[in-house]
Amino acid sequence: MRPILMKGHERPLTFLKYNRDGDLLFSCAKDHNPTVWFADNGERLGTYRGHNGAVWSCDISRDSSRLITGSADQTAKIWDVKSGTPLFTFNFDSPARSVDFAVGDQIAVITTDPFMGLTSAIHIKHIARDPDDRMAEIGESVLILKGPQGRINRAVWGPLNRTIISAGEDTLIRIWDSETGKLLKESDKEEGHKKPITSLSKSADGSHFLTGSLDKSAKLWDTRSLKLIKTYVTERPVNAVTMSPLLDHVVLGGGQDASAVTTTDHRAGKFEAKFYDKILTEEIGGVKGHFGPINALAFNPDGRSFASGGEDGYVRLHHFDPDYFNIKL
Amino acid sequence: MADVMSMEDIRATAARLNVDLSSLDLDSIRLPAGEDFGVISDDEDLKKDESLEFEEGFGNIIVVDNLPVVPKEKFEKLEGVVRKIYSQIGVIKEDGLWMPVDPDTQKTLGYCFIEYNTPQEAELAKEKTNGYKLDRSHIFAVNMFDDIEKFMKVPEEWAPPETKPYTPGENLQKWLTDEKARDQFVIRAGSDTEVLWNDARQSKPELVYTRTYWTESFVQWSPMGTYLATVHRQGAQVWGGATTFSRLMRYAHPQVKLIDFSPGERFLVTYSSHEPSNPRDTHRVVINIFDVRTGKVMRDFKGSADEFAIGGTGGVSGVSWPVFRWSGGKDDKYFARIGKNVVSVYETETFALIDKKSIKVENVIDFSWSPTDPILALFVPELGGGNQPARVSLVQIPSKEELRQKNLFSVSDCKMYWQSNGDYLAVKVDRYTKTKKSTYTGFELFRIKERDIPIEVLELENKNDKIIAFAWEPKGHRFAVIHGDNPRPDVSFYSMRSGTNTGRVSKLTTLKGKQANALFWSPAGRFIILAGLKGLNGQLEFYNVDELETMAQGEHFMATDVEWDPTGRYVVTAVTSVHEMENGFNVWSFNGKLLYRILKDHFFQVILVRPRPPSFLSPEKEEEIAKNLKKYSKKYEAEDQDVSMLLSEQDREKRRMLKEEWERWIGEWKRLHEEEKLERQKLRDGEASDEEEEYEAKEVEIEELLDVSEEVISFD
Repeated sequence: MRPILMKGHERPLTFLKYNRDGDLLFSCAKDHNPTVWFADNGERLGTYRGHNGAVWSCDISRDSSRLITGSADQTAKIWDVKSGTPLFTFNFDSPARSVDFAVGDQIAVITTDPFMGLTSAIHIKHIARDPDDRMAEIGESVLILKGPQGRINRAVWGPLNRTIISAGEDTLIRIWDSETGKLLKESDKEEGHKKPITSLSKSADGSHFLTGSLDKSAKLWDTRSLKLIKTYVTERPVNAVTMSPLLDHVVLGGGQDASAVTTTDHRAGKFEAKFYDKILTEEIGGVKGHFGPINALAFNPDGRSFASGGEDGYVRLHHFDPDYFNIKL
Repeated sequence: MADVMSMEDIRATAARLNVDLSSLDLDSIRLPAGEDFGVISDDEDLKKDESLEFEEGFGNIIVVDNLPVVPKEKFEKLEGVVRKIYSQIGVIKEDGLWMPVDPDTQKTLGYCFIEYNTPQEAELAKEKTNGYKLDRSHIFAVNMFDDIEKFMKVPEEWAPPETKPYTPGENLQKWLTDEKARDQFVIRAGSDTEVLWNDARQSKPELVYTRTYWTESFVQWSPMGTYLATVHRQGAQVWGGATTFSRLMRYAHPQVKLIDFSPGERFLVTYSSHEPSNPRDTHRVVINIFDVRTGKVMRDFKGSADEFAIGGTGGVSGVSWPVFRWSGGKDDKYFARIGKNVVSVYETETFALIDKKSIKVENVIDFSWSPTDPILALFVPELGGGNQPARVSLVQIPSKEELRQKNLFSVSDCKMYWQSNGDYLAVKVDRYTKTKKSTYTGFELFRIKERDIPIEVLELENKNDKIIAFAWEPKGHRFAVIHGDNPRPDVSFYSMRSGTNTGRVSKLTTLKGKQANALFWSPAGRFIILAGLKGLNGQLEFYNVDELETMAQGEHFMATDVEWDPTGRYVVTAVTSVHEMENGFNVWSFNGKLLYRILKDHFFQVILVRPRPPSFLSPEKEEEIAKNLKKYSKKYEAEDQDVSMLLSEQDREKRRMLKEEWERWIGEWKRLHEEEKLERQKLRDGEASDEEEEYEAKEVEIEELLDVSEEVISFD
């Protein structure tokens, strides 16, 4: 089907997230306003105004009532999804990069960038059920993890909120104990990525996850053992990854670095979302359309559509044709 | 280095241990391999700072012997004379001139030492002044300081050299006997150099040999593929062997920049140019010619860059490479270079000039050898403002007899193209129009093998067309020309024979408006690739000149290089690291089918397909094979089928394995997920675990009322 072009952001997209029901799509961009869209027809529902810098990522609670966003204005905010009012602000000393709700939505993990001499850090915060209730007191971090060099581009919860998985510029994937803050596992330097990891996406059941890296590859890992399962090789730096919850497909998005784009022909950029067979690691096809690198990808939880967000400021919403579900390799 | 023993400590320790230090050569002490006893090697430092090494060496000191023996009064005068002579050649270091004096007689000893800033200067000084006549009884004998030691070691008695037992060498052409008749190629990406088989059946390359940091600048196959040459700072090396690549020979030539093999692989020419210590001087050029097998220097040429820079332009710092061009044929009999008003032809028997003198040709600026015969083609440009015409002449070697000559008028430039069998020579002539404001191009075609060498003039239909590329069909009688204006020029094919008359050139066809700027004939002829490299996005057109039809069109985006394998079966196109992205190569079949594609980052050197020596089959035999191709090909077709069967079998097997492995993972994950179900519920405050629900596609029918209109239909 023809993709739906959603033009609501004025700056490059940074992150896309569907809610659990798959009817809402949340987008973050370098402009300051996260936006929510109808996932079906691409109609814009509203924006969340209050941030004063690029918004790097967001997460949505299981009941679709709360939205958390991390921004370069050194804050992470919790929003009421329905009304768009900010409920609470976590203040940091450096830009917040990645946010992720834990199972139960009572805690969240937020990463902050290295900034003005500060090193990067992973913060674990309590989220209160009731916004009016003691919200102010729990602004303190439950736990702060430090250690990785450079930016931590993504940190997500492991099974049963017992672990935190982080990945970033130092090319390593780390698994931390979320209780004690102890480093449990570190990915092998040999088999791991060779360049900064840009993205990380968990499977629907959280049993495995996919990482994308500037080394032009994506890798599939077991969440519990951090064992490398698959490697997908592409021709371009990978900025965004996602996995189909329905079929054994993975999607990789990326393209030439934004700074190098203008020096090349539009065909050279390869701004396609590439589909790979998850098991055979073979390329199935690609979806063209963006005229800048793809920065964000998200699969609808029903597996029947996906959205891509590009450096060009567009969100493209793709509903699959019936043919897609009959692809045979 | 934390604890360095001072010499005092060493002496004390030695005394304690009853070791006579004076009889001990400290340098002869060798530690067991892999053990340093806590002594840190000094070498590390030396490697870091090369200039340090220079300073310490004696390579820049010369010894001048046969000086007059003078008493003290005349010492300063002599020193002045010597200094005057030697400071003309290079910069003598401060206190770099030392003339020893006999302490008894207070007279000089008749020799002195001179230290220059660089070894190159010292070398030059040695060459220039060895044998210098100061006066009748004092003829200088100049030697490198380093050599003196060597000369001292020469034994007084001559001992017959030991005859080494004969050890059979490896079969250097084993790769030709590959059962699948595959070709090898070498690529350089990152710090690795890899030699690969092109295995088209398997649609992938197979690694033969790989080595990191194999070369410091580039690698090169010898013309018949026997050797792979690697270039290093210290010199060049050649590699080869039956199964793997082992070093066969080294050729020392410090700071070598360029190398060139003779066509028969007997000789290797190496070239380096050295920065002069005095910036006003020109670069010094050193060229060595080695015997490939023995590694001996057969002849060396040294001089300033100017001496080698006459003639064509380009190359490195004004020197056009190769400086020495080899005569065609595999026996490597002659080589030549161009000089001011001369062409110097040497022969390899003695490595001396033929008849001991160069061929005098006023103002010659370009020359080329026939690829098969000892015939030189020379080009002399117009002189005296057009009064003296430009000239192309063919000269037979060694007789130096002029076979043919052609005068040309109002010529601006001229290029010579030989057909690979030496049958034809095409001279592309750019002429000025009458106004001298623009130029147009024509061709002079020489038929070398015919009596009296007839010449034919060919002009394009549109005389003003620019010539973008020209190429002869290898071993054939046809040639292709790209002419016209970018970006869509025309491509024309001509034959040196025409249907009725064999002695006339005829046009075969013209293809209009092709995106091409380069021509690549198959080494076997008949097929040609019209390529639009670089700016033209890597358009490729595979064209069959026999049938005059396009076989296939392809594209290798941003391709920079195209290369055929020597058998004309496969084509490699590559994007090298001149572009930032998309580095890698594609392998195509001769008829334009993309076989496989490999991406490599930092892909430095173009793929070099290993050349093959010429076939031993006679042309008649080749024709016979071509005629009965069906009979021969049957066997190979069967093999091909077996391979493809095996491949699909392997593929299925691999897929099955992968699927099974994946199932195992899924099973494991399901089990763990199930185990954790309760705990997950607890985390959600006991909220019912509805998470395992399956998504179902529900058919929802929506009726939308678009418009309601009422119409009154009247009944008749």
